[in-house]
Amino acid sequence: MSDVKTIAEPVQEKLVFDRPKSLTKRGFTYCPGCGHGVIHRLVAELIDEFGVQDRAIGMASVGCSVFSYWFFDCDFISCAHGRAPATATGVKRAHPDAFVFSYQGDGDLASIGMAEIMHAANRGEQITVIFVNNAIYGMTGGQMAPTTLENMVTTTSPLGRDPILAGGPIRMVEILANLDGVAFAARGSSSSPRNILKAKAYMKKAFRSQIEKKGFGIVEILSNCNTNWRKTPQEANKFIDEEMVKAFPLGVYKDVFADKSKK
Amino acid sequence: MPRIEVIKESCKGCQLCVPACPHGLVLFTKTEINQMGYYPVEYVDPEDKCTGCMLCAIICPDVAIRVYK
Ligand SMILES: Cc1ncc(C[n+]2csc(CCOP(=O)(O)OP(=O)(O)O)c2C)c(N)n1
Ligand code: SF4
Ligand code: SF4
Repeated sequence: MSDVKTIAEPVQEKLVFDRPKSLTKRGFTYCPGCGHGVIHRLVAELIDEFGVQDRAIGMASVGCSVFSYWFFDCDFISCAHGRAPATATGVKRAHPDAFVFSYQGDGDLASIGMAEIMHAANRGEQITVIFVNNAIYGMTGGQMAPTTLENMVTTTSPLGRDPILAGGPIRMVEILANLDGVAFAARGSSSSPRNILKAKAYMKKAFRSQIEKKGFGIVEILSNCNTNWRKTPQEANKFIDEEMVKAFPLGVYKDVFADKSKK
Repeated sequence: MPRIEVIKESCKGCQLCVPACPHGLVLFTKTEINQMGYYPVEYVDPEDKCTGCMLCAIICPDVAIRVYK
């Protein structure tokens, strides 16, 4: 009788990577290989991990991610171009228990929305900002953004961005890290699995800044717009690693959670 | 045995997962077209080499890869 037990039990297979609960079933409308999809997934994974799906309220910006309210399975507001941090301020003050985040592109946050992001950060609003920097206006056809690299060709800088005429790429997290209201500011990248995991760790701290009431948290994530960069997705991610990081160094610029005894 | 599953209707054939796999188990074979009009990648692992490292799934922008362990 006992020899029956020696027959190997079928090993139970475990699903270890799947679509996060906080994403709807709807497929993304982004171009193949676009970094927005990766960054959406990271945000949704963190909403799941922190267990805040039922009290999360997202602020959608204007840009290719304008439809992010289709993709996140939580409350969302479609904000006027660049004004997401102002809308987030109102929502968070009216609903202090909500988890309030904005998801903004570089045209949205660093151009038309410059005033709103600066003042929301300076006021130390208890919100989390996910800032997707692809160095270009994606949705409208690849115009130059304040974050466009020097000499980078776009539809409105056909000879390359001339810093004498148009300035250089603006480094938002470095600027924002100087404001007292900011608890966490970092820059990651979506260009490789390793960078994606690191970016997620940064985003986790920007979530914690709000959840533990430490202040304003922002993570900038370098992302490819392979379509308007006129590159394959693979070439575009390589461009981030080889060129974009020179203008936008990756790392943590402010961290309220850092161990201050270690200097 | 660790393995992956490509959700063919979600895949946009961007091929970012192809070089991400250290064992070259994800291939762009162009053998079928999905409803969106893209060529989904194929998981080919006759020798059970997949370790479930998830690198392909992490880089995928369309959450088109499930990983089992
Ligand atoms: C008030 C206003 N001005 C201008 C526009 C046109 N517009 C739409 S998207 C966009 C820029 C988007 O770029 P970015 O924020 O970098 O997002 P991406 O599309 O690259 O993800 C602009 C200028 C608009 N919709 N509303
Ligand atoms: S245009 Fe650029 S930013 Fe917009 S979805 Fe396509 S690759 Fe992404
Ligand atoms: S990364 Fe995802 S969408 Fe791109 S080819 Fe691989 S499975 Fe398809």
